[in-house]
Amino acid sequence: MNKKIGSGTFILSSPVKITQFEAVVGQKEHEGPLGSNFLYWSDDEYFGQKSFEKAETYIQKEAMNHVIEKSGFSAKDIEFIFAGDLLNQCAGSNFCVRDIAVQFFGLYGACSTMAEALILGSMVIDGGFADRTLALTSSHFCSAERQFRFPLEYGAQRPPAAQWTVTGAGCALLEKESAGPSVVIEKVTPGAVCDMAITDLANMGAAMAPAAALTLKRYFDDTKTSPSDYDLIVTGDLGKVGADILRELLLTDGIDLGSVYNDCGLMIYDLETQDVHSGGSGCGCSASVLCGYILPEMLKKTYRNVLFVTTGALMSPTSSLQGESIPGIAHLVNLKV
Amino acid sequence: MQVIFLRSEDYAKLVEQKTPNSPMLKDCFFAFVIGGAICCLGQGIKDLILLFFELDEETAGTWTTICLVFLSALFTGIGWYDKLAKIGGAGTLVPVTGFANAMASPAIEFKKEGLVLGIGPKLFTVAGSVIVYGTVAAFFYGIIYYVVTTFFL
Repeated sequence: MNKKIGSGTFILSSPVKITQFEAVVGQKEHEGPLGSNFLYWSDDEYFGQKSFEKAETYIQKEAMNHVIEKSGFSAKDIEFIFAGDLLNQCAGSNFCVRDIAVQFFGLYGACSTMAEALILGSMVIDGGFADRTLALTSSHFCSAERQFRFPLEYGAQRPPAAQWTVTGAGCALLEKESAGPSVVIEKVTPGAVCDMAITDLANMGAAMAPAAALTLKRYFDDTKTSPSDYDLIVTGDLGKVGADILRELLLTDGIDLGSVYNDCGLMIYDLETQDVHSGGSGCGCSASVLCGYILPEMLKKTYRNVLFVTTGALMSPTSSLQGESIPGIAHLVNLKV
Repeated sequence: MQVIFLRSEDYAKLVEQKTPNSPMLKDCFFAFVIGGAICCLGQGIKDLILLFFELDEETAGTWTTICLVFLSALFTGIGWYDKLAKIGGAGTLVPVTGFANAMASPAIEFKKEGLVLGIGPKLFTVAGSVIVYGTVAAFFYGIIYYVVTTFFL
């Protein structure tokens, strides 16, 4: 296995290129600090559809169609789609791809799905099984509330550590060869599940931070690099509380994330004015920040060497009612231009 | 590989230290003010009913409850009640308006899944416990009431 270095980081022998990408978001995300980076958004939380679930499928489909259209290919030129969302049975993604007959893998990695899809999509290309794959995820505030919490109009208070599910979708096209501008996936570190016995559903950041620390430490050890070697290290949706804990955890292990570290959940909303408590969350959080902000900025060379680490809380509503703690996971992708 | 470094008990301590607490004093204050305001509204409605209709106290009380439940369902429907509850917390949960909100909100939410398999069963997702344990408590209260009034009074 000449592609594996250290305990679990993989070098793609011919770096896979991300050539096209697009994000679609809701109004709250458009009003956030990254708002002007999102070309496609709507002030209608239904996006013209009849239900929130249909709306989620719709934004995923919009992101996918924009990417395919911009690439100049048609759906049949794409070998595989790796996609996932937060709904039961990954329904959002299943319905998104049902009309295009592309070979499809549905993923559930909770909010970590975007990097999971990028890892699998790039490994498949590197393995010689495909020339083109899509990585695609979404989340919708209203459908996630329905899935995991109370009815929308139910009067409940959120504690300060709670996070706000991002309404958004992101899609990236991965290619083996491309002449045009592209961001390269050079190394990947798939995550391992890590459970530190956190049971508080209103504190997902704390449940996921150890998994992020585990994956980042594994990556730094395997590659013998340190945070200062990167322009940006960004986690998916740890929020304010989780990001704080991650810094502390890595510090105890002698790794200082320093000023290059940020979190998509903190970037997409203004915590002071948008009433999102600890920050954004959801598959759509990291996906829309990646496709709407990080990748475009990388093409402009604002960032040249980025670690994109998405984090997921892998509980189910049933497991939580039965008193189980929240297992976390974090997948890492090293992006370069 | 040496992984995180911490036992879960120590991690729990770190999390507790890093997690901000709810602003207890502020929450209590708004719960008191908003909950109190809802009760004052109820009292006002009752006084008006007694003033304009020839009803006894108990019937006026029933009509007051009906009015409050109606107002709560209305405000839930137009999306105001959850905004009020965000500030009011327990102050909006405890009065009868909280119960009405717990019934009305799933009714709106599960409309898309149909009348029979959507609204019907889901109406009680939040309020079901109140009804079940309210009934059970009433049953035991009835027994105690019967025993006390029959044998001791």
